[in-house]
Amino acid sequence: MSLRMIYIASNTFREAVRDRVLYNLIAFALLLSGAAVFVGQISIDIERLVVINLGLTAVSLFGIVIAIFIGIGLVSKEIEKRTLYTVLSRPVRRWEFIVGKFLGLAGTLVVNTFFMAIGVFGALLYVSHKFSAADALILVALYFIILEFLIICSLALFFSSFSSPLLSAVFAFSLFVIGSFADDLRGFAALTHGVTRWFATAAAYLVPNFSALNVISAVAHQQPLAGRLILQNSLYALFYTAMALSSAVLIFERRNLK
Amino acid sequence: MTATRRTTTIAFVCLALSMVACVFLLRHMDQIGPQATIEDALYINSPRMIKRASLGFEGVMACIYWTRTVQYFGHRHFNAAHTYNELAPLLEITTALDPQLLPAYQFGASFLAPAPPNGAGEPERAIQLMEYGIKNNPSNWQLYYDLGFVYYTEVKDYKKASQIFAQGSKVPNAHPVMKVLAAQMAEHAGEFSTARLLWSATYDSSRDPDIRKSALEHLRAIRVDEDVTHLQSAVTVFGKRNGRLPSSIGELALAAHLPGIPADPDGHPYRLTPEGHVEVENPDDFKFLTKGMPPGYKPPALPQLHVEHNQ
Repeated sequence: MSLRMIYIASNTFREAVRDRVLYNLIAFALLLSGAAVFVGQISIDIERLVVINLGLTAVSLFGIVIAIFIGIGLVSKEIEKRTLYTVLSRPVRRWEFIVGKFLGLAGTLVVNTFFMAIGVFGALLYVSHKFSAADALILVALYFIILEFLIICSLALFFSSFSSPLLSAVFAFSLFVIGSFADDLRGFAALTHGVTRWFATAAAYLVPNFSALNVISAVAHQQPLAGRLILQNSLYALFYTAMALSSAVLIFERRNLK
Repeated sequence: MTATRRTTTIAFVCLALSMVACVFLLRHMDQIGPQATIEDALYINSPRMIKRASLGFEGVMACIYWTRTVQYFGHRHFNAAHTYNELAPLLEITTALDPQLLPAYQFGASFLAPAPPNGAGEPERAIQLMEYGIKNNPSNWQLYYDLGFVYYTEVKDYKKASQIFAQGSKVPNAHPVMKVLAAQMAEHAGEFSTARLLWSATYDSSRDPDIRKSALEHLRAIRVDEDVTHLQSAVTVFGKRNGRLPSSIGELALAAHLPGIPADPDGHPYRLTPEGHVEVENPDDFKFLTKGMPPGYKPPALPQLHVEHNQ
């Protein structure tokens, strides 16, 4: 990794953590984790379950919102403020700029997830009074949530490399929704025939598969997760992120910035 | 006072007054139409639709729907309602969203099965719910226990209850009482000893204080029912032998060679009416009593929520 990329990443990180919206979103996620304690009290026998389900869902949803809303502005803001020209006039390659931006945002999201996770574990400790060995599974669910963020972040950056911020947000959020139905899409594709089948299958494999990364419910029920799933999800997220970033670099390299 | 300060003060006063007015109006509107609540409204009643709309976050949706079910049942139960139209759909949605949510089956069945006002009076739906639960959690013996319980207490199908307990006893790590229950149910289904065994098992296998309290209440009521049954038989025997009814519970105890004046679990002696009925001193102290109550006795108007379930 070049030093230039590290500078861009650290600047992106610094810029992101200065954004007040970020703190509001983290505060909301923590509030929701805390609210889980009260929800558990007005229900029956699901105190622990609701803390994990609601807490991790809050981490996931607010993280995705942060990833999309910061990710879409990474390139467009630089163009709008004309700082991109200053950066690119230095010995910085365009791909380094894109990858640096991605790393900066990814770092921000990991740090955010860390703080939100503290909220979830705090609420869990309040409800259960102690941690059990099965609670370690929550760390796996959090790891998968981070993988989800990496994919969303790379997609937001990809759309941001050629589109306006508003459209990028719409595209990225739509892909998140479609990706949640990835399993169903592959099922639908299997039901079709001929050319339609080819197109449907291609589309089904092209959208990100978020359903495999969502293990919140299984973790809440303390169901063990296969080591193979962790490995496969890690590799999938790595390759999908690489795919989206490569596409972003390809477009950005050819983009006329005049 | 500067212009800015004056504006701030006026705005603050306006804000406070508006807030108070809003709260006052809302409270007034609630009093006008107490029936205008969303309690009975289930805008989407398709479990599949809700599952799709949850975008993969089925776990949290299941928790929300389960909480809504508890609140729905709680409110209607508190108001001694006789209809629970949305209870079964709410439980179906909850369990479709999360088929592993065991409390929804265990408590849900005890909400659905009992007759109103203690429940929805839908034992068939309770059985369907439990069967769905067993299908999705075949290794959980407690679900068999709860299903057998519904067959025993609500449907009074003792043969089926025995079969269910026997099936449950074959599940790995099943509680040993399941085998005993299966045998007891087959031979002595309607007897007090069977009911006592069931509630003792519930008391022993649960850690929930409310459930243990409920089991104890049932055990106390069973003890009174059994006492009243025995004493009533003694009254009949006395009448046949002497051609008259005993004049007091003391005379009955003496004639029946009882060790002392028979008393309920709280220590209050049973009463004998001039018509020869054995009655308990304070029926309100025994919530699940079926015998020994004065003629025309009605339980307290607002029955307390007692969930009959084991963990």
